[in-house]
Amino acid sequence: MSPPTFTRFVDRAGRRLAVGLLLVVAGCGGDQSALAPAGPIGLSIATLAWIMFAGAAVIFGVVMALTVIAWLAPLRVRRWLGTSRAVAIGGIAFPVVVLSALLVYGLCVTRTTAGSEGTGPVSINVVGEQWWWRVNYAQGDGAQPVITANEIRIPTGTPVRLVLTAADVIHSIWIPRLAGKLDMIPGRTTTLVLEAADPGVYRGQCAEYCGAQHAQMAFFVVAMEPQAFDDWLATQRSPGRKPATPLQEEGRQAFLRHGCGACHTVRGTSAMETLGPDLTHVGSRLSIAAGMFPNNAGTLAGWIADAQHLKPGNGMPSFEMLRGQELRAIAAYLGSLE
Amino acid sequence: MVLLTVAACGGGPSSSAAWDGPGDPAAGKRVISRIACGICHVIPGVAGARGTVGPSLEGFAERNLIAGRLPNEFELLTRWVRDAPSFDPATGMPELPISEDEARDVAAYLHSLR
Repeated sequence: MSPPTFTRFVDRAGRRLAVGLLLVVAGCGGDQSALAPAGPIGLSIATLAWIMFAGAAVIFGVVMALTVIAWLAPLRVRRWLGTSRAVAIGGIAFPVVVLSALLVYGLCVTRTTAGSEGTGPVSINVVGEQWWWRVNYAQGDGAQPVITANEIRIPTGTPVRLVLTAADVIHSIWIPRLAGKLDMIPGRTTTLVLEAADPGVYRGQCAEYCGAQHAQMAFFVVAMEPQAFDDWLATQRSPGRKPATPLQEEGRQAFLRHGCGACHTVRGTSAMETLGPDLTHVGSRLSIAAGMFPNNAGTLAGWIADAQHLKPGNGMPSFEMLRGQELRAIAAYLGSLE
Repeated sequence: MVLLTVAACGGGPSSSAAWDGPGDPAAGKRVISRIACGICHVIPGVAGARGTVGPSLEGFAERNLIAGRLPNEFELLTRWVRDAPSFDPATGMPELPISEDEARDVAAYLHSLR
């Protein structure tokens, strides 16, 4: 390669690298990035990550400099680099001190995020199931338990304890902006503490391969002002709304007639089963099918008609026998359950 | 390489550059993604739109009838995508939560599919 060609090559390679890096960094924002923490626990994890990144960058620079020194420096310096003393300092003492300090720091961070101490006023049970999340606000005061799915609402400014289990296989819960990830293990209970500083919607997803639809097992954490959260919880305690239009009433009847109650609950109706998500207030949720689709009349109807094509292997059958109008009516009824 | 990757993120046969009718096809495509029309329809150019509940919308601009019922005219299509049951109570396609302007954009996108 002649010198001008080489210069051009380096120039072009440099530009490509710059564009590549830009793209990588641009990908780090969004509603699901550990590098955009939205609460004190997420911040402590992001800080740990940045310290490790910066430390690794410095150490990498020093090692590269030593490589150049070992190659080009005067003989006296190169000799010193080969002494037992230099090896003991750089190869043993330095890693022992740095890695021990990192271990202690890391353990301290983990203790605040996964420990059972520091319980907040709110404790929420979350069960991982193939492939959705059952969320249970057990208040322990004899009140009507609130059971919902694929959406965890929390009050802002306070640590919230998630009590985690799994119904079938191992899952892992991860809300990158709010907390670290933690396994959900059948037969065991683990706890994760998370805290959101501001109201907002934070996406989370399963972080442990759990079967064919693992990638479609997402959810949203919705952080609300404490008063708004209490109001929301009170609304959720109430039974499902009565139909307000003829179409919704037709939908309610079709819902019960076609046996949706064999798997689902709508409190206030004869649908009382718990195999699938509780639908008492399904109309108030942001998504359906565990974060796969937005929640509207079209997606509700499409999901009911074709759940097995959209998410093969999930527990919901495709209701292919429904007439168009029945499908619309059921979607209208479910959408009205706010 | 990077260019190719980025180019692949757009994709689709939409010829919005050549569009000179009412509505904005590019905005329509965003509406289609947002409310997930693709849960029931195959829609060229829209990521993940591979639904089989309703008909595929491939080459929709060439279609003579909307849902086999109405002439495929822009104004009718605008009303259909927003409130199909008002034309046909037996349809499975529900009333959808979009504004009239958004419905025009969606119709523009569908009419850009050749």
